[in-house]
Amino acid sequence: MAMAAEDIERLIKERFPDARIEIQDLAGDGDHYAATIVSEEFRGKSRVQQHQMVYEALQGNMGGTLHALALKTAAP
Amino acid sequence: MSEQDIQDWIGKQVAGNDVVVFMKGTKTMPQCGFSMQVAQILNHLGVDFKDINVLEDMSVREGVKVYSNWPTVPQLYVKGEFVGGCDIVREMFQAGELQEMLNEKGIANNAQTQTA
Repeated sequence: MAMAAEDIERLIKERFPDARIEIQDLAGDGDHYAATIVSEEFRGKSRVQQHQMVYEALQGNMGGTLHALALKTAAP
Repeated sequence: MSEQDIQDWIGKQVAGNDVVVFMKGTKTMPQCGFSMQVAQILNHLGVDFKDINVLEDMSVREGVKVYSNWPTVPQLYVKGEFVGGCDIVREMFQAGELQEMLNEKGIANNAQTQTA
């Protein structure tokens, strides 16, 4: 039950090509990450909507393969 | 219970309680660090809330994710509205937005503007 940081970044990048993405592996176990994502697409969206967009980009991995991903999203 | 029954049951909990947290464990004994953070923030603000332990019922655990289109637990609802998970609640709390929202919605809490 783990996911590589590169895979997370790739999925996010596919959905938000303009995004600036920073991913931290918090525990070094490939299972607890923090991600900061800045994309123009978040502008005008609520936080819940922004995070939902990211979860969609992760295609069902969140809550399953990926146990913990602390998210911070913003428009530039 | 059918899936629809579960959705209806969740809807009733959310509609029937001003503040609801779907969490792993209970407010007095959270069993996950993220659930604990949300409970701590609400306790710190002196907000009374209904805790629903998703570990007790797999169908609620899965059902609440469908209900809000949100893949993780904890989930905070205020006055029937999904507010967010741990990250959003913490971010809002740190920015003072959570307190503001609670006040706007008339939820009693410690941060309420004092009126003489």
